[in-house]
Amino acid sequence: MSEKKLTKGNIALAEGAIQAGCRFYFGYPITPQNDIPEYLAMNLPKVGGTFVPAESEIASINMVMGASASGVRAMTSSSGPGISLMQEGISYMAGSEIPGVIVNIMRCGPGLGGIDPTQGDYSQAVHGGGHGDYRNIVLAPASVQEMFDLTIKAFELSDKYRNPSMIIADAMIGQFQEACRLEPDHTVEVFEKPWSLTGAQGRSPQILKSLFLGPGEQETHNRDLQKKYREIEEKETIAESFMLDDAEIMVVAFGTPSRISKTAIRYLREDGVKAGLFRPVTLFPFPQSELHDYSDKIKKILVVEMNTGQMLNDVKVSLCKDAEVSFYGRPGGGIPYPNEIAEEILKALKK
Amino acid sequence: MNRVFAYPKSLNRVQTHFCPGCTHGIAHRLVAEALDELNITGNTIGIPGVGCCVFLYKYFPIDVLEAPHGRAPACATGMKRARPEKIIFAYQGDGDMAAIGTSEIIHAANRGENITVFFINNSVYGMTGGQMAPTTLLGQQTTTSPYGRDFKNEGYPIRMAEMLATLEGVAYSARVALHTPKHVNRASRTIKKAFEMQMNDMGFSIVEMLSTCSTNWRVSPTEALDVVENEMIPYFPLGTFKERTGKDFL
Ligand SMILES: Cc1ncc(C[n+]2csc(CCOP(=O)(O)OP(=O)(O)O)c2C)c(N)n1
Repeated sequence: MSEKKLTKGNIALAEGAIQAGCRFYFGYPITPQNDIPEYLAMNLPKVGGTFVPAESEIASINMVMGASASGVRAMTSSSGPGISLMQEGISYMAGSEIPGVIVNIMRCGPGLGGIDPTQGDYSQAVHGGGHGDYRNIVLAPASVQEMFDLTIKAFELSDKYRNPSMIIADAMIGQFQEACRLEPDHTVEVFEKPWSLTGAQGRSPQILKSLFLGPGEQETHNRDLQKKYREIEEKETIAESFMLDDAEIMVVAFGTPSRISKTAIRYLREDGVKAGLFRPVTLFPFPQSELHDYSDKIKKILVVEMNTGQMLNDVKVSLCKDAEVSFYGRPGGGIPYPNEIAEEILKALKK
Repeated sequence: MNRVFAYPKSLNRVQTHFCPGCTHGIAHRLVAEALDELNITGNTIGIPGVGCCVFLYKYFPIDVLEAPHGRAPACATGMKRARPEKIIFAYQGDGDMAAIGTSEIIHAANRGENITVFFINNSVYGMTGGQMAPTTLLGQQTTTSPYGRDFKNEGYPIRMAEMLATLEGVAYSARVALHTPKHVNRASRTIKKAFEMQMNDMGFSIVEMLSTCSTNWRVSPTEALDVVENEMIPYFPLGTFKERTGKDFL
């Protein structure tokens, strides 16, 4: 095992992509994710890879689509407005079952917004974002190490299920530095891609398309996609539990708020308050049944997000009916302090 | 006996969806013949945009990726970068290329992407029912320019082949027509040359084809051929606007 090195989140993510075998990056600059294209522009050529500075995020996602369609691992990264521009392409990829990794180092909106950390794009990432009845696989790192590890995971899941994977992290996780081991903890999984477009020499032609005009064809296709999404939900959910065994209140948070919540929980534990944390790592598939099981024992729930409650509904539908749910959110770049969350935990306990 | 005509191997024997009097089918046949002649069918991937070319996968026995409207040059860029040994062509209409997809075509051309683009200029949005396109002629009536295209409101018809020829990355840019046997023969040679440019790593190649749309022009098939000759060609002159002879850009 290699040593841990002080690494910036965005750099860990970019290095994770290279170690996942991604050799094609297409992107357009936007803060706070510029370290990713800059690192890859420098380092992809060293491993025989290709970096193309695309003319827009629309071009970026379509370049990813074209490269991935031919069977290679490809990615793009952006933030807020750029991710919005990509939505048509992501929808086509979902519909045509073309893999690819899209990274959103979230900035606050709506509009041009600001570059402070936020989680305002949860709904866009998790509940579609583009048109049509589809799902992205969505991973939410909460540390620099996870920026590395989950990027590898994103490529693996994307190829395994022929589905776009999205990584959503806030600017804090993208920009801060932590000790990180820049080496995969397992042999990176690769998948045969018999569906890829490489020329029809010696086999029948293959088509990657999302157009289904025949009677009933589109409905059948959508049902098949839904079957795939259910399989992903069954097999690929990841979540972290922290001090939940004896907890009387469960905080549910992902990304940066989950870290701040842990600090708050540690403070409160010193005073004998039995608080714990449940952190979804995969946002789709959402860890519904794990949450449900915890809510069987822990009836007080506090959801903390850096938005006005986008994950909140996904949490609510997961819980036992008698769970009491409170919410604390800071939108538009506000970052909660541990004592704020601690107060909210105490309030929720008293309810 | 000397055989002068045969059904191309690279064209599937199916009925097309093209309207009576449309010359788009000729464009397909010429591309198929070029694939045959250059013996590249099994190594070629086609990327149609959205428009009347969207059913390309039904007509060619090749691998096909269906791109979003206007984005085929970006998809082709990604694919060619990943698989430089494959022959990649994008296939676009005038709405697809000259309206929604101008950014993608210009930058793919300017980067000198080693891809080939076929461009059907029928002066309307065919598939959606004949609305005005950037290539619609001045005075031409369409469903969205019912009083005739007026430059004061809709600007001027855009000449893509000439515009792209100004970009350094372009190896080959030509405009042909499909309305007479003579023009079809010329188009055939042009299409082949465009593929050859790619096979020789020369950079970006584009062939613009003036094509009829008698349905949306609301004229008979034979009248449509006259429209190409008498109205389109005077504004969209035929010819080769750029032809690179050496890899001078490398
Ligand atoms: C983003 C988006 N906008 C609009 C459409 C609808 N649309 C489909 S085909 C088309 C026009 C096609 O016209 P053209 O590119 O000229 O090709 P033609 O049909 O004439 O061959 C339009 C506007 C679409 N598919 N996607």
